[in-house]
Amino acid sequence: MKSLVLQTTTRLFEPLFLVFSLFLLLRGHHEPGGGFVGGLVAASAFVLRALAFDVASARRQLRIDPQRLIGIGLAVALASAFVSVGEGLPFMTGVWSGNVGTPLVFDAGVYVTVVGVVLTIVFGMAEET
Amino acid sequence: MSFSKAGHEVRRGPLLILLIVVLAGFVAAPLAPWLCRSLGATRGGALLALVPLTLCATLAAIGPEALAGRGIFEAHPWVSGLGVGLDLRLDGLALVFALLITGIGSLVVLYAGAYLGDPGQAGRFLLFLLAFMASMLGVVLADGVITLFVFWELTSVTSWLLIGFDHEKAESRRAALQALLVTALGGVALLAGLLLLGAAGGSMRLSELEGARSAILSSGLYEAILVLVLLGAATKSAQFPFHFWLPNAMAAPTPASAYLHSSTMVKAGVYLLARLSPTLGATELFTLTVTSLGAATFVLGAVLAAPQTKLKRLLAYSTVSSLGLLVMLLGVGTQAAVVAAGAYLVAHALFKAALFLVAGAVDHETGERDVEKLGGLRSAMPITAAAAGLAALSMAGIPPLLGFVAKEVVYEAALPAPGGVLVIGLSVVANALLLLVAFESGVRPFVGALRETPRKPHEAPAALSVGPVLLGAAGLALGMAPALASSLFVDGFVASVHGEAPGKPLSFWHGFTPALGLSALTVVIGLAAVALRATLRRAGRNLAAAARFGPERAWDALWSALLSIARAQTDLLQGRRLRHGLALTALASGAFVVSGLLAGGLRLPPIDVVSAPLAEWALGGLLVLGCVAALLARTALAAVAVLGIIGTLVTLVFARFSAPDLAVTQFVIETLTVILFVLVLFHLPNYARLSRPSTRLRDGLLATSFGVVMTLLALSVGSLRRDDSITRFLAAESVPGGHGRNVVNVILVDFRALDTLGEITVLGVAAVGAFALLKLRPRG
Amino acid sequence: MAPILAIAIGALFGTGLYLMLRRSLVKLVLGLSFLAHGANLLIFGVGGLVEGHPPIVAEGETVLVPPYADPLPQALILTAIVISFAVTAFALVLVYRARESLGSDDLDDLGGTRT
Repeated sequence: MKSLVLQTTTRLFEPLFLVFSLFLLLRGHHEPGGGFVGGLVAASAFVLRALAFDVASARRQLRIDPQRLIGIGLAVALASAFVSVGEGLPFMTGVWSGNVGTPLVFDAGVYVTVVGVVLTIVFGMAEET
Repeated sequence: MSFSKAGHEVRRGPLLILLIVVLAGFVAAPLAPWLCRSLGATRGGALLALVPLTLCATLAAIGPEALAGRGIFEAHPWVSGLGVGLDLRLDGLALVFALLITGIGSLVVLYAGAYLGDPGQAGRFLLFLLAFMASMLGVVLADGVITLFVFWELTSVTSWLLIGFDHEKAESRRAALQALLVTALGGVALLAGLLLLGAAGGSMRLSELEGARSAILSSGLYEAILVLVLLGAATKSAQFPFHFWLPNAMAAPTPASAYLHSSTMVKAGVYLLARLSPTLGATELFTLTVTSLGAATFVLGAVLAAPQTKLKRLLAYSTVSSLGLLVMLLGVGTQAAVVAAGAYLVAHALFKAALFLVAGAVDHETGERDVEKLGGLRSAMPITAAAAGLAALSMAGIPPLLGFVAKEVVYEAALPAPGGVLVIGLSVVANALLLLVAFESGVRPFVGALRETPRKPHEAPAALSVGPVLLGAAGLALGMAPALASSLFVDGFVASVHGEAPGKPLSFWHGFTPALGLSALTVVIGLAAVALRATLRRAGRNLAAAARFGPERAWDALWSALLSIARAQTDLLQGRRLRHGLALTALASGAFVVSGLLAGGLRLPPIDVVSAPLAEWALGGLLVLGCVAALLARTALAAVAVLGIIGTLVTLVFARFSAPDLAVTQFVIETLTVILFVLVLFHLPNYARLSRPSTRLRDGLLATSFGVVMTLLALSVGSLRRDDSITRFLAAESVPGGHGRNVVNVILVDFRALDTLGEITVLGVAAVGAFALLKLRPRG
Repeated sequence: MAPILAIAIGALFGTGLYLMLRRSLVKLVLGLSFLAHGANLLIFGVGGLVEGHPPIVAEGETVLVPPYADPLPQALILTAIVISFAVTAFALVLVYRARESLGSDDLDDLGGTRT
């Protein structure tokens, strides 16, 4: 499955995928997009690399264990929910300061979790070959 | 009786003192394993004992303020959304219990560290024990009805952990589960009772409900409330016919038995009855049921205790008996009876905890727990023997100990009570049998000739003897200065339970009263029982054999029947073949849909074939074609390819009908799904046709009918009238409230973020599960 | 709802159920995916099908002006899509490991493996 065409395409598209995924995440509160789909697109970039080269290369590219991303993502999402408690508001109330608010942080947590989930499973399975 | 009006004379507590008292144990508990590991079990226990000791001192310091007026009140926000607050109150009744819990608690914590010895075991034990202590403090300090219930259940759970402490023994696990189920079922009844009580009295605060007594009595709910609350109290305090769990709970390590199953937790039922006496008590029904419940348990416990030879079971049955006495006194409910209950409560907590700790020390030093095989330990264990002697004399009701004073007032209260002769007669017999128990457990192991034991006996270390000695000494001191017992404990108790403090304090000498005569008679009969104990024990064995057909047998039968039903039902619905269960699920849900459609008078919109746009025809037609292709596919790869196409078609449906978020997500997911399927298929054999044609025909019919039903459902939903208030709220609030124009995203990350948090947790769990399956496989 | 889409939903449910009733583990997982598609489309249909009006507030507006597609079922389906992916993935790994450990992907051969 190691085709040169696929490898070259991957090199070209990988950064595009990642940038596009961040674009989807950031604009998701106002236009179609968001953490779920953003995370899926970002994960696809690494899945593409795992298919075009091998999993080890994709793991190097990612630099961090995908399982760890699950924990980080969940922690970020949960932490964003506690900000309001510090402000004396009920748990999970959105706290906004200008254009930045805890729901966006929560969405970023979703993004990271989704990347971790998809890559944990796909890498794990692809390494069985 | 006089009751001050609700809200009158309420004192606000300084700072958060009651909250701190309740929570301190919960904070200290998780430190226990760490402290025991780093300091060793004995020193860890000694250090942790400072927590209850400090609490005890704090409670003693604020005690006078609590006894003035109606007590100290605190209200903390908790589940504000449901109108439930963490309402606490310290009055005379709560103070007596809280002092016993923290005072005896500090001795037991100190004792437990040394008793268990092993740092790991001691750490785990003290973790549970301190959590229990905090829960128990929560029960007695609760003013909110829900607060009371939550802590009540927490004591059941911590007790379960402590009884099942030796979790590798089947007997411990069984006893723990039995105790949990009995007390938790009672807890459910209690919750129902408390909620009805709140509804009838129009308040969720125990202190305010006292003022709503007449409303509750005339509400028509009174009988139901009483029965439900009694079920809660009777299961917790091991009243007949629920007494059987308590002797079995002796599977717990001895410090837990001394603490939970004699001096504190089992008294929670007594506490509840005392707490609700002003609200529910002094009616004909209350007096009759509570008195007879208590009397029956009092006598039954004493009769069952007498033939026991294992130290702890002996003490456990006598505890059942004493709890019965306390319940009986609260049932009688006169001021004299409440005074007696208060005095006996304190006396019993002191001598019974001491005797349990002595039993543990004897077992610890000799390795023997059968009283028939113990004797002559006084020379080897003089300090323990002295403490045991004091506790036993108090239990036997011998002057000048507190047990004597308490028994005097018990008889004084019983004499004028309704059915006095019967009550007095039974009390004398039961008390005489308890004297026998006191002799057997507290005197006999120490007198006579030294007997051979598995371990060579020697004096218990200081940590094991401090507790029994102090408890025994306290029984002696309070017995010699009964006025002190009055002012410290009993007066506040009586004021809370009966409405006004007794006019005169407890006293040692009442003159030659009938009560004194009864005391003397009890001692004479008791000593006769001691002399004749071999004969009594033989008779008792037959009785114990008969007791096997008692309520415990019924309880076990009930549970095994329940389990059989559950097993049969599981086999029927989710038997050995997944597809049988699946077919049943499909049939049942199909039947529900059909009956729902028919009940609504199946209204299908006119099916307009022609005007639907071509694009819809194409999408729908291709989806149906895809399904057919998937069914006909000969290879797994072909089926997966079809699945990919179906996913793309679904994407197009979402895109066409204004769901861009769904379309993008579905598209990426479809790609990833296909990749994953291909990765797995690579390792699997080809797609085999395994079932017979007749099976395929049957499944095909079932699947077709299911599909038709779902089509009908899909057609009819268009004609349903929906409540769209939520949608309208979301449409209006997305920008002002959620700061976002993409309403779907605002729902996910703001309005329903808690759901999303749950969903990404599910994602994480699925991934971790897949990771574990792939990476953590056994070697070889 | 357009009758042809209703028929497609029925076909997805029927196909899903039929595949899940097979003895092959792979077909079981495939069937699950078909069922998930059917369920998602059904929920989507309940929300009412609206063309060309996604639930996105126009720039400068503060409220969603009718007509608009119901955002609530869309939010439900979005998470359902991702969750069903995770569940399918888990099931696939399970099938793979079952095949590896037990040497079979026939459900009827897996009955005697209770330990």
